[in-house]
Amino acid sequence: MAVAENQSLGGGSIVKLDHEAKGESLWLDSWKRLRRNRAALFGAVVIILNIVIAIFAPVIAPKPYDLQVLADNNAAPMWVTKIFPTMVPRGEEGGYITISDQYLLGADGLGRDLFSRIIYGGQVSLMVAFIGPLFAMVVGMSVGLAAGYSKGWVDNLLMRFVDIMYAFPTLLLVILLMAFFRFGVGSLEPGTLGYSINQFDRGTGGLLFVFIGIGITSWMNMARLVRGQVLSVREKEYIEAARSLGTGTRGIVFRHILPNILGPIIVAETLAIPTYISYEAFLSFIGLGVNPPRPSWGGMISEGARGIASYPNQAIFPALALFLMMFAFNFLGDGLRDALDPRMRGVD
Amino acid sequence: MAQFVFRRLLGLFAVLFIVSIITFMLMHAIPGGPFSREKPLPEATVAILNEKYNLDAPVLEQYLDYVGDIVVPRVTYGRIPPSVSEDFLINIPLPAFMGDQAALRWINFGPTYGSRNRSVNDIFRDSLPISFQLGSAAMAIAMAIGIPLGTISALRRNTIYDYAGMGVAVFGVSLPVIITAPILQYLFGVQMKILPPTGWGEIEHFVLPSFALGFVNSALIARLTRASLLQVLNEDYIRTARAKGLSERMVVIRHAIKNGMIPVVTILGPLFAVLVTGSFVVETFFGIPGLGRYFVTSIRGRDYPVIMGTILLFAGVVSLANTLVDIVYAWLDPRIRFD
Repeated sequence: MAVAENQSLGGGSIVKLDHEAKGESLWLDSWKRLRRNRAALFGAVVIILNIVIAIFAPVIAPKPYDLQVLADNNAAPMWVTKIFPTMVPRGEEGGYITISDQYLLGADGLGRDLFSRIIYGGQVSLMVAFIGPLFAMVVGMSVGLAAGYSKGWVDNLLMRFVDIMYAFPTLLLVILLMAFFRFGVGSLEPGTLGYSINQFDRGTGGLLFVFIGIGITSWMNMARLVRGQVLSVREKEYIEAARSLGTGTRGIVFRHILPNILGPIIVAETLAIPTYISYEAFLSFIGLGVNPPRPSWGGMISEGARGIASYPNQAIFPALALFLMMFAFNFLGDGLRDALDPRMRGVD
Repeated sequence: MAQFVFRRLLGLFAVLFIVSIITFMLMHAIPGGPFSREKPLPEATVAILNEKYNLDAPVLEQYLDYVGDIVVPRVTYGRIPPSVSEDFLINIPLPAFMGDQAALRWINFGPTYGSRNRSVNDIFRDSLPISFQLGSAAMAIAMAIGIPLGTISALRRNTIYDYAGMGVAVFGVSLPVIITAPILQYLFGVQMKILPPTGWGEIEHFVLPSFALGFVNSALIARLTRASLLQVLNEDYIRTARAKGLSERMVVIRHAIKNGMIPVVTILGPLFAVLVTGSFVVETFFGIPGLGRYFVTSIRGRDYPVIMGTILLFAGVVSLANTLVDIVYAWLDPRIRFD
């Protein structure tokens, strides 16, 4: 192809034939489109920044997340009282806010630094953002591939199971599972497997159970999507060609089917990440999420919401942090979709 | 068609049965019981309570009892004193010749352990209408924002309107209730003091919660409307309509929107079910006595009948909505295979 191009251009011009041009794959092409999408890039930058902040949280955060200075409870710096006019500083008429500029965003009801807690809280949301898709990819993709490729009774069995799980309102199922883990596994005797798992969960500050709860519910969408994709791809000519060349099942599934359906899978999972993040926030909000004192944005919003009339900063700052992350993942997911499947954008 | 409908409904019941089995087993697999406390109650008390609610019976027997009370209708005679364990949702008086004050009674979700004088049916009667009202208001807002936004974006594709509209949509999906609720509450309830920050009962109590709940879903509707309309606009019959000289206005209203709305309408049912059932956060934030709040407290209190009842009700509503959509779809589009 490159040679033909060169010939057609005639002898006059010198065309530099780099090897990259030859490898202009779907992925490279998509990457180029993605790079032009400013919103998606903005999302990616925000996510990367968040990851960096989460990793270096102990260095960046000015205080440990569980350090309580009770004398400074509900303290706020001057600028916060300016943007929330209902927060009247002490000294003025009816004032009740202790002004303390050593807290960037203020302190919570136990005198813990809000800014530091928001920084550490991002760790939880980010981990959920990666564990959800991981589960979905591993479990959902296997089930979907198996069902779509084998058809027949395997397909029927797997998909009926997914259908039934689907009838559960997802959020209710997650809550039920969390209750099962928290109250059930938590009361087992030492020496059993459940006890060790529970100890491990305590070690992670309650994160393990949140991961499992979200993971168990995250794979079903993926299984359906993958199955549908496999069904639409498996009858294509190139699969037939591969089969007639003697490629085995494994080769067909992993070399020919999987790479061709990866685009929609990546898009669907990126767009599902905000849902996982909001599940975790919700679980922590109702007190079934991570264990205190480990901060999570949902838990912080829940604590802050109780005093929203007096100390709005305690709920609204974590809410803004959560919003920024959800926004970033949605932007990136949208951009990925446009890049990987330009038809979706309707560009003709 | 009739066979298709019948099969779908049968499938619905099968799913609900399995949901109930899984939930029941999960609940009972947790060691301890509804009367386990940090500071244990006297053993005799727990024994009496367990006896009262039949909790010492084998799990299978408990399950069959529970499901039997819901599924099997029964005929009772005489006046029945009000009782939390004999509270039926459906009470149909039968004609006199069938017996003394005979009545057909059906659907009993059992007593709640959390209160001595209320049944799960009482909770449903009190809180379901509230969740329903909230869900309807949120739905109205979601549609009022979503459908015009999606339509404009599709008709003015790749213009500033489209980008702005879809920008709002991305903005919307990134704003779950847990974020909008505190912000709206503070802005309108605390700072401007134009709307009550919490409470329920008056018309102004509706505004903030239903907007918080509706906005995030309006984004979903907007995206779907846009995608569906764009697809329809590429169809041959739109070209035909243009070719026969219809004004662009007529083409859009008569042909495009009418057909483009079909997928949108079909998600409205399930979405409504989700809105009615999925409003815990709003209910918690705004102090609304809906069903979601009961569910959360029942989980912590191990109130088995409330947990079971809520999950079954929600699963039932959601699956029913989906089944109806399937049926409507099959009815609208005969190409859908009836298998």
